[in-house]
Amino acid sequence: MRFVDEFRDPQLAKTLIERLHQRAALLPYTAKKPMQIMEVCGGHTHAIFKFGLDKLLPPQLEFIHGPGCPVCVLPMGRIDACCEIAAHPEVIFCTFGDALRVPGKQGSLIQARERGADIRVVYSPLDALKLARENPERQVVFFALGFETTMPVTAVTLQQARREGLTNFSVFCQHISLMPTLRSLLSQDDVRIDAFLAPGHVSMITGITPYHFINEEFGKPLVISGFEPLDMLQSVLMLVEQVCDSTCKTENQYRRVVPEEGNLLAQKAMNEVFILAGSSEWRGLGLIEESGISLTKEYEGFDAERRFSPQAQSVADDPRSRCGEVLTGRCKPHECPLFGSGCTPHNAFGALMVSSEGACAAWYQYRHQEAASAESESSQQKVGQDER
Amino acid sequence: MNASKKVITMAHGSGGRAMQQIIEHMFLSAFDNPWLNEREDGARLSLASLSAQGDRLAFTTDSYVIDPIFFPGGNIGKLAVCGTANDLAVSGATPAYLSCGFILEEGLPLDDLQQIVSAMAQTARDAGIAIVTGDTKVVQRGAADKIFINTAGIGVIPTTVNWAASTIQAGDKVIVSGTLGDHGAAILNLRENLGMDLGVESDCAVLAPMIAPLREQAGVHALRDATRGGVNAILHEFSAASGLGICIDENSLPVKSAVRGICELLGLEPLNFANEGKMVVVVSAEAEEQVLKLLRSHPLGVDAATIGEVTEDPQVCLRGALGISRQLMLPHAEPLPRIC
Amino acid sequence: MCIGIPGQIVALHEQQPDHAWAEVCGLRREVNIALVSEGSPETLIGCWVLIHVGFALSKLDEQEALETLAALHAMEEVEADVALFLGAGEAR
Repeated sequence: MRFVDEFRDPQLAKTLIERLHQRAALLPYTAKKPMQIMEVCGGHTHAIFKFGLDKLLPPQLEFIHGPGCPVCVLPMGRIDACCEIAAHPEVIFCTFGDALRVPGKQGSLIQARERGADIRVVYSPLDALKLARENPERQVVFFALGFETTMPVTAVTLQQARREGLTNFSVFCQHISLMPTLRSLLSQDDVRIDAFLAPGHVSMITGITPYHFINEEFGKPLVISGFEPLDMLQSVLMLVEQVCDSTCKTENQYRRVVPEEGNLLAQKAMNEVFILAGSSEWRGLGLIEESGISLTKEYEGFDAERRFSPQAQSVADDPRSRCGEVLTGRCKPHECPLFGSGCTPHNAFGALMVSSEGACAAWYQYRHQEAASAESESSQQKVGQDER
Repeated sequence: MNASKKVITMAHGSGGRAMQQIIEHMFLSAFDNPWLNEREDGARLSLASLSAQGDRLAFTTDSYVIDPIFFPGGNIGKLAVCGTANDLAVSGATPAYLSCGFILEEGLPLDDLQQIVSAMAQTARDAGIAIVTGDTKVVQRGAADKIFINTAGIGVIPTTVNWAASTIQAGDKVIVSGTLGDHGAAILNLRENLGMDLGVESDCAVLAPMIAPLREQAGVHALRDATRGGVNAILHEFSAASGLGICIDENSLPVKSAVRGICELLGLEPLNFANEGKMVVVVSAEAEEQVLKLLRSHPLGVDAATIGEVTEDPQVCLRGALGISRQLMLPHAEPLPRIC
Repeated sequence: MCIGIPGQIVALHEQQPDHAWAEVCGLRREVNIALVSEGSPETLIGCWVLIHVGFALSKLDEQEALETLAALHAMEEVEADVALFLGAGEAR
């Protein structure tokens, strides 16, 4: 597969890893207190587990997983609102697959489907639009989720709907912008993040300047990374070199996909359809200012919440779960007391276990039984490293 | 039979004349064999001729509820013959006789049924299998989805053949007879209206002719056909049954590029995709080369490849592209319901 | 959901403006090209794009891809030289 296989070349990976080991030895970090590199994208989390990248890193470096999963940070009550809308007999509720099993207070969308709601999985919002055209007597609602990668896609879909004058299509807007999320994360006192791997696909839309505040205000280096193993290893190396050189800037490793200015057409479409205003409550992060994404006046008519007025829901997380801590990298998935017992992909407590991008889901799929033995093994190893 | 608008009705299942006509004109004429033609209530098979072929009778059954009933590479009828024949063949038996039970939904177009029955007849004929007895029921609209088929099959296992998961040993090689996931990918594409011009068909086929030469080969320990749950499910079955582990190498998995594309696009693993014409064979290290040669000399086995080995440590794991091993879990839920 | 995959635009859609056919690993998928077609859409034919949820969201710069790989290969040579220099006789 072109543009994929070349970036999985095991020989080049070996080279990068050797170089990483050499360079990381020069860092002011140790195995006991490693440099914490946060990635904020489910695609990166999965790549790390699938290719075992964390096992290849030198002991002075560690990946931590941030709130890179837009499904995981959405407040549970929003799922209840979706279920309420979906329960209307005239509604065809369309969603991406990952949101199906996310639990709300009254259950998940898949459970709502079992009770008779017409809920369908779509691959693209255009599929939902098609359903609206083909079913003029039904109301089609699209559950619009995601960071800046999917926002322009929802925007173009709505522009299309408006051009066609469709009256039976609407979106339940649950988009989230990455930047306010990162700002909020960095503003929390007890989070120790030394550097960032920024999500390549969000960046291809936003461009690189929106990340500058991370260097300028918070003094952390950042590299925009692709998703193949060589991309991520090279990005980590670039971060290590920055620390060695005492520089602190935003670099673009994923230049083959990410243009410096981002995608201007996408930005234009987003600006026409969405506004960023007001604060929103986000799971694990609390209230974030300037983080609410809603529709502009011109597109208000397509807001499913206006059309159906579901009851506002405020649902608190179960105190036993540590979803918020996993989301902010404070704890690893298997350290949550519910991991694997009370909370599994089939019967999840929180979105992190069922979203395709969730850290817990990734851990469960790839590391489940290794977790316990790996923990004790690695703490022994790290002690050994320090003593060298 | 030019019955373009005609459909199955409740009368067809009632035992009266309508049903007799369907049975005669459709089933009996298609399946045509001496046992069926006797028109007795059940088939009467000669014990002597069976016991001449070996010392054990392999006996299996499966029900087929696949949706959609027509797909690139076949239909539910062909599947019903292949699936059961393969379950017999992997035990070392030569599939000989099948029974066939139909549950038809009121409203099923007769043309569809004819196509399905013809496919069954053709597949059975080509494989030297006789469909010797059957049953037909019709249920009201909504009580079944178009058509469900059950087939049960028998065949004789030669005395010298002793294939079983219990004979698997550490150090054995794990071979797969061809590319992974073709059936699942073809069905997924169709069912989810992914709109991909795929160029991949279901691999639905009878494996018996490819398996036959393996009976004479020493060092063959166990065979299973990979269906629902994919090769991954078989690896876990072998591991559980033998108490040993299996480690496979991601780089050696044979996968058609279109199937790989669909997996990359949707974030799925070809190991979990259903197959209908592939098997996993566990052989001693000494027999590996010869078994590969035998498989590859058959059209169904041209892509046969060793994908891994049996280990002492009772875990199923995958050695990834970069050489790091990770545990291979079974997916918690069936990724594609009604796949076979 | 973050799964974006490279594909090559092979043809424009006859009926739908803003739509094209992309080929991924030999399979063809219909994609919306509204967000990557700045000039005339014909210029996209033969281009590689990044596809996500049915949309082409970025053009793949083949030159940049080659340069990234070249840099990595160069690193490989340096490593090999260093290894030779350091490890005369040492098994690596």
